[in-house]
Amino acid sequence: MEATTARDIARSVNAGETSAVERAAAMLERIDERDGAVGAYLAVTRELARESAERVDARVAAGERLPLAGVPLAIKDNMCVTGTPTTCASKILANWVAPYTATAVRRLLDAGAIPLGKTNLDEFAMGSSCENSALGRTANPWDLSRVPGGSSGGSAAAVAAGEATVSIGSDTGGSIREPAAFCGVVGFKPTYGRISRYGLIAFASSLDQIGPFSNTVADAALLYDVMAGRDPMDATTVDRAVEPSLPGLREDLRGVRIGIVKEFGLGDLDPEVRAAYERAYADLAALGAELVEVALPTADYGIATYYLIAPAECSSNLARFDGMRYGLRVEAADVGSTYEATRAAGFGDEVKRRILIGTYALSSGYYDAYYVRAQKARTLIAADFAKAFEACDAIACPAAASPAFAFDAKADPVSMYLMDYYTIPMSLAGLPSLSVPCGYVTPPGAAGPLPLGLELSAPLFAERALLGIAHAYERSTRHAERHRIPAIPVSAGAR
Amino acid sequence: MSATLENAAGDTVEIGGVRYEAVMGIECHVELKTETKMFCGCRNVFGAEPNTNVCPVCLGMPGALPVPNELAIELVVKAGLAFGAEIPAFSKFDRKNYFYPDMPKDYQISQFDMPLTQGGVVPFWLPDGSHGSCRLTRIHLEEDTGKSSHAGSRDGRIAGSTHSLVDFNRAGVPLMECVSEPDIRSAAAAVAYLEALKRTFVALGVSDVKMEEGSLRCDVNLSLRKVGDAEYGTKTEIKNMNSFNSVRRAIESEIARQAAILESGGRVIQETRGWDEAAGTTHPMRSKEQAHDYRYFPDPDLTPIEFAPNDVARLRADLIALPQARIDRYVSQDKLSIVQAQQIVDSPGLAAYYDAASALTGKPQPTVNFILGDLSRLANETGTAVSASRVTAEALAELVALVEAKTINSKTAKELVARVWAEGGSPAAIVESEGLGQVSDAGAIDALVAQVVSANEKTVADYRAGKTKVMGFLVGQVMKASRGTANPTLAEERLRAAIGA
Repeated sequence: MEATTARDIARSVNAGETSAVERAAAMLERIDERDGAVGAYLAVTRELARESAERVDARVAAGERLPLAGVPLAIKDNMCVTGTPTTCASKILANWVAPYTATAVRRLLDAGAIPLGKTNLDEFAMGSSCENSALGRTANPWDLSRVPGGSSGGSAAAVAAGEATVSIGSDTGGSIREPAAFCGVVGFKPTYGRISRYGLIAFASSLDQIGPFSNTVADAALLYDVMAGRDPMDATTVDRAVEPSLPGLREDLRGVRIGIVKEFGLGDLDPEVRAAYERAYADLAALGAELVEVALPTADYGIATYYLIAPAECSSNLARFDGMRYGLRVEAADVGSTYEATRAAGFGDEVKRRILIGTYALSSGYYDAYYVRAQKARTLIAADFAKAFEACDAIACPAAASPAFAFDAKADPVSMYLMDYYTIPMSLAGLPSLSVPCGYVTPPGAAGPLPLGLELSAPLFAERALLGIAHAYERSTRHAERHRIPAIPVSAGAR
Repeated sequence: MSATLENAAGDTVEIGGVRYEAVMGIECHVELKTETKMFCGCRNVFGAEPNTNVCPVCLGMPGALPVPNELAIELVVKAGLAFGAEIPAFSKFDRKNYFYPDMPKDYQISQFDMPLTQGGVVPFWLPDGSHGSCRLTRIHLEEDTGKSSHAGSRDGRIAGSTHSLVDFNRAGVPLMECVSEPDIRSAAAAVAYLEALKRTFVALGVSDVKMEEGSLRCDVNLSLRKVGDAEYGTKTEIKNMNSFNSVRRAIESEIARQAAILESGGRVIQETRGWDEAAGTTHPMRSKEQAHDYRYFPDPDLTPIEFAPNDVARLRADLIALPQARIDRYVSQDKLSIVQAQQIVDSPGLAAYYDAASALTGKPQPTVNFILGDLSRLANETGTAVSASRVTAEALAELVALVEAKTINSKTAKELVARVWAEGGSPAAIVESEGLGQVSDAGAIDALVAQVVSANEKTVADYRAGKTKVMGFLVGQVMKASRGTANPTLAEERLRAAIGA
């Protein structure tokens, strides 16, 4: 195969060995071959890709050196890109064309990345399998009968299927890390406030964070370095220098203390999955890391806490989709019934469920019992992490309790919510956290081996250290390099 | 409740032999005078073409985020400090959730339980010269909504309309809400309170405070209770007043309406009532909320606002001489009336002009009489501000001196003001060069009197026959003969002597 990392592509485009136009064309061809089967994209932006590639080539020809020159990029379809449909995989925005570009996307494009298209997601990023998309179905490239994870399933699948070199997603309670684990790619959620949310259509504002998917930790670091930093358009971005993470990549873990969470015992996991994680911990130790047991006594309240705070915020964030100014409108007798008809027709079941939960949690008489208590629990969870990080530099645990599951396997919403057991506590604490491939298992009924992800999490703003640790682990284990997705049948269904 | 006891001149009504008093609290929404909107960089101006000052943020586009306007926060803090409010070290923005087509996000960014300022007292003078005051509960900052207009109905009302149009230019304009305690007892006090707010906010540059442009909107909560009762009666909320005068009329109308209900043994219903300017009455408004649950919660898109003591001290130091202090000084030192003092302070530039002129004359009352009389009339007629006119403070001081020294009479003074207004120049020099000085020489006046008596024999006879009213006519003739320069008092005295009355 040709160069599959963003670093290699940028280097060769900057050196004039290849052009952005060539890279974009090759990747669009790949999408045409494979996306009919995978369904990672909701829209392929051919024209925009070509124009962007020409502009990048012109800049390189003029002597500029761009960190992402000609790097094919897929964008989760909850981020605005001027002139492109931005749907959140929802009927309510199915025909909405964004009038402005998200800051994170803008920074990537300015750095030379080529926008290939917009990827599928659970509607409004609410879900863990991508099955809640109202506009398309995305399959896991490792086994097309299984889900890619979610909510950023399309962005994870695009990179795994070789339909994009890198992609970006958003993570609210695990929406980058879980699909990264399911698809066998690197997925990184930085510290809350590191990357601007301007132009990311909000699900839960205090938790949403944009981050990259890539084949390597180094590429994740490259994208992070480009996207991170204060944005005057987002008051929640932190005014704090971003230490470039690329130079922090390391080859061993001598002197690093890795926390293994006492409460996250592996005993309940499938034996094959448990063995893979035990091996991962051993590999960390073999690299020189000191493994220490840490306690997160309140982590068990993570899901309950999250499913009050996130729906509460979403109930308010999604109010604006009312059929008045943009998006779907279902006309009815008067304003009130137009709201009702529009929202009834425009939102899917999971979105409605969360709006209802959130509206209830914020209601007079329940606010103190639910929202305020959830915020207190969130504070305690963050305090637990702070204490744990007194004894370690990073925490290692599974990104998910199982590999990718089959479509329709989690019909009960609560069983789906439990998929985020290992990712939600870090989201509530705002921590930088990533998933890196750590092994492959073949559960009964699977067509072949399915990837697992190791979740590594670090203290607030310790992205550089976190990426350094993940890089050392990746370089020594070479899991992703030693496994290839099965051949994907060429299909005529590509967009 | 010391503040309320000061408002002695309350509106009371007698119902069945028992005296009732009106109890009012006022909520004011004041649009802040900032260059840009509260949470985006769009211009904050009144009267632009609809939907021209808009962007993804103030239109509530998906993914757009608010960034607070720091100047707006400072203006609110200044407004609070002007009335001695407390500035808490920690404040935050909350979301007030409800659906309305002119509210782009279907929530309003506002402040719920931690407003920017708390407490404070607004002192004011009533027209009868008495002092009043009203405590502030709080001042908080929020964003304005868009403006709906309704088409297809006869009078632009929503009822009967076929469709509605929304202008989002106003959406996101910084809006300060001042909530008062129920300390107001009369329509006059309500207006005096609003005027005190207005002159302070204008002086601080916080707002234009133009009710007709909607940059000040106020709601009055009003109830009646027996004088001496501690419990409040059932209140109504009155909206839609578009001038201070309509506030006064609306309150008077609502007091009368509630009194009539109580008199007939009925009970006031708690409701929102709209003021109908043409009908001169309030009418019940369709209640848009039945105990609405706004589901307030802290806006996760905005970080809390924290004030260091230094920040507050800096803003406090910025407070210029406040208008209320000026009014107090004019009344107590210069012995102006309340109305005069307020008129001087409330007109832009006039206070400085008055200060300069009265310092030169040393005579505040005749100075203010000129300013609020002839000069203000000329200003109205010509559209030029008094302070920008050709009648400089120095020229006015000369005029006052000429009148006070009886060098010119009041008629000449009036003509001279108009002339200097139109042409400029020194009044003293004009009087000197044109011989406009008042003639107080008895000999000169006697000569004129003799002329008038001989030319008006019949009138003189009438006078002698007891028709004393004709004296005015005869004095006028003397004045005319003197080209207005005769001292009228002396002229009358000499006339009486000549006619022998």
